[in-house]
Amino acid sequence: MSYTKRFDGRGFEELRPMSAKVGIIPRADGSAMFKTGKTTALAAVYGPRDLHPKFMQNPETGILRIFYNMMPFSGHGERVRPGGGRRSKEISMVIQNAILPVLDLKDYPNAVVDVFVELPQTDAGTRCAAITAAAMALADAGLEMKDLVCAVAAGRVEDKIVIDLNYYEDSHEDGADLPVAVLPNSGKVTLLQMDGDMTKEQIKECITKAKEACKKIYEVQKAALKERFVKR
Amino acid sequence: MQKESKAHLLRALAKNVRYDGRKALEYRPVTVEYGISESAEGSARVRIGGTEVMAGVKLETNTPYPDTPDQGNLMVNAELMALSNPAFEPGPPGEQATEIARVVDRAVRESKSIDVHKLVIKPGEKVWAVNIDICTINDEGGLQDAACLAALAALKNTRLPKLNENDDVDYDAEKTKEGLPLSKQPVEVTVIKVGEHFFVDALSEEEKSIEARLTVAVTEKGTVCALQKGGALPLSVEDIDKMIDIAQKLAPTLRKAL
Amino acid sequence: MTEEVLAKDKEIVVPGEIVAVGMSFLPGKGTYREEDKIVAQRLGMMSVEGKVIKLIPLSGRYLPKLKDRIVGKVIDVLLTGWRMEINSPYSAVMTLKDATSEFIPRGADLTQYYCIGDCVVCQVVNVTSQKLIDVSMKGPGLRKLRGGRIIEVSAQKVPRIIGKDGSMVGMIKQATKCEIIVGQNGWIWLEGEPEGEVIAVKAIKKVEEEAHLGGLTDRMAAWLEKETGVKVSPQAQPEQSEEAPQQHPHHFGGSQ
Repeated sequence: MSYTKRFDGRGFEELRPMSAKVGIIPRADGSAMFKTGKTTALAAVYGPRDLHPKFMQNPETGILRIFYNMMPFSGHGERVRPGGGRRSKEISMVIQNAILPVLDLKDYPNAVVDVFVELPQTDAGTRCAAITAAAMALADAGLEMKDLVCAVAAGRVEDKIVIDLNYYEDSHEDGADLPVAVLPNSGKVTLLQMDGDMTKEQIKECITKAKEACKKIYEVQKAALKERFVKR
Repeated sequence: MQKESKAHLLRALAKNVRYDGRKALEYRPVTVEYGISESAEGSARVRIGGTEVMAGVKLETNTPYPDTPDQGNLMVNAELMALSNPAFEPGPPGEQATEIARVVDRAVRESKSIDVHKLVIKPGEKVWAVNIDICTINDEGGLQDAACLAALAALKNTRLPKLNENDDVDYDAEKTKEGLPLSKQPVEVTVIKVGEHFFVDALSEEEKSIEARLTVAVTEKGTVCALQKGGALPLSVEDIDKMIDIAQKLAPTLRKAL
Repeated sequence: MTEEVLAKDKEIVVPGEIVAVGMSFLPGKGTYREEDKIVAQRLGMMSVEGKVIKLIPLSGRYLPKLKDRIVGKVIDVLLTGWRMEINSPYSAVMTLKDATSEFIPRGADLTQYYCIGDCVVCQVVNVTSQKLIDVSMKGPGLRKLRGGRIIEVSAQKVPRIIGKDGSMVGMIKQATKCEIIVGQNGWIWLEGEPEGEVIAVKAIKKVEEEAHLGGLTDRMAAWLEKETGVKVSPQAQPEQSEEAPQQHPHHFGGSQ
């Protein structure tokens, strides 16, 4: 079988329509929204701030905590039971590992930077949207960062390498899903996961195309951050 | 300092001036946006001033509860998301979130705004289960009223999904054009008492000085379908009378936004 | 060898953005050098002065500096002092000897002086590398705050809210007839007639939002005149600088 046309008619390397906005949650120290197709991620940053319980404090550096959560009405099918679960825990951890390389929290011993990411609607690519939103929110919070972080899911559907998979592509029985996070200025990869079945060449093609797609995502992030301070 | 903060607020209320310049019985601008989550069967976003709350409705089909074989199921949940206020911690709903959910539930259920008898697919075997989830996005005070309005708007926005041959929901198919059997629109107005003054739609700054509050759910006909008193200080019968009066007068302001 | 400024003066840049290329440039605050590039460290506004490239931060929590005058809130009474919340990732401690010029005997009931919930104007007197912070209330203008309201603004915008020699906050005080004390930590105490306070708060928030835009002082003068009918002039008002007024007999809530 050959995947000749994507379910939604996009080009194989074409991203879904994106939008981003920074400063959407005034109570937070930093916040941002990132939307790709129907997947929407809201991120809020609180910190650096006091960390409890005390045993979690690190006297040499501040720590980063990510809380990723899908809102109960955001799932493709049934209601998502609140309370996260193993999937949310794992995704929170990979988001943290994707972002930590750009942060230097040595100036904040014993403190914590909390990032909460909530998704009101989803259509695959959730951890990538979460990373993209969280990076903008951290910048909005005034934290020192070596670079922003952008992420997109690459993958294989039958015989084609595609970028920014939607739900139907992600759940297609003959395929693979490969989320990638990239630091736009150095091109380094900070998130790499895969599930499915791919050859090494296909993986390399995915990563190359994902990095290329991230350039466009970076432009959206930059524009949203700059627009934050233009007189409305 | 607590006493002094309250005294300072009372000074302003005595002149009918709130901390943001509003009058005591005035709401901040209210907006309702429908269909903010395509994953939900119905959803809405409510803004009251800077406070923002989202609500979503997810439908499924279940067996009915054994003691009500001819009624559908209704559940209201609320979460004070850590996202929306630095003081909120991640974790299961605490007292405040539970109260918000239960008071909204009371308004929707007791007003019979949804006729649960019309939610039956096969009596005794299959009924609709309506799950309403309320999530706070930005807390600048007045969450209870925003939560109820968001839940109501999400219910209004809801369209029944198609059922498959087993009478289970087919989430992949397009939704039908049929809505829920919604006959009433109860809105909640929370009236606050500080000293001898009453006001509505408290800012976070004003919420610190609350002595007593009464949440009143009012239907379009002006009848009251739910009440909840909160706050540490007692209310006199005259107070309650006045507060219900205020709620009945202000309910149309909120309902107008729907 | 290219020597080029890539981001203009007053342009908003994002972290990681390359703002200049060339060895002749000097990386100032908020930027760093990587090989021949000058890179932005955080979200901010570019400031290019000759060869010095700096970044003006537009957001970020307050980090205490020595000598800062701040508004603090007592959150705990300790054996030998008080713990204060100062709108920062770290709390501060005020010891007995820094609390007042009076002599406080050992074993005295410390809540007689300051109890939990009290708000004060104090000064940062020590910041260690482990972020232990000491504050003192011994000094001109440092006092307990009675009555009034406290609002929060971004600490990064405080200099603009105060203005050159106190000119911005001076205009707001003049027009609204409010007492206003601006803490470097972003907490601002104010007191006046209720209507005056509402306008003062709106004015402060307006300066906060438009801090990075030009012509703000004149715009604020015009706005204040429209809101209050009081004509104010954006002149340096040394007697209205950020120094707090001397000890007032406290006068809140007369009728209560």
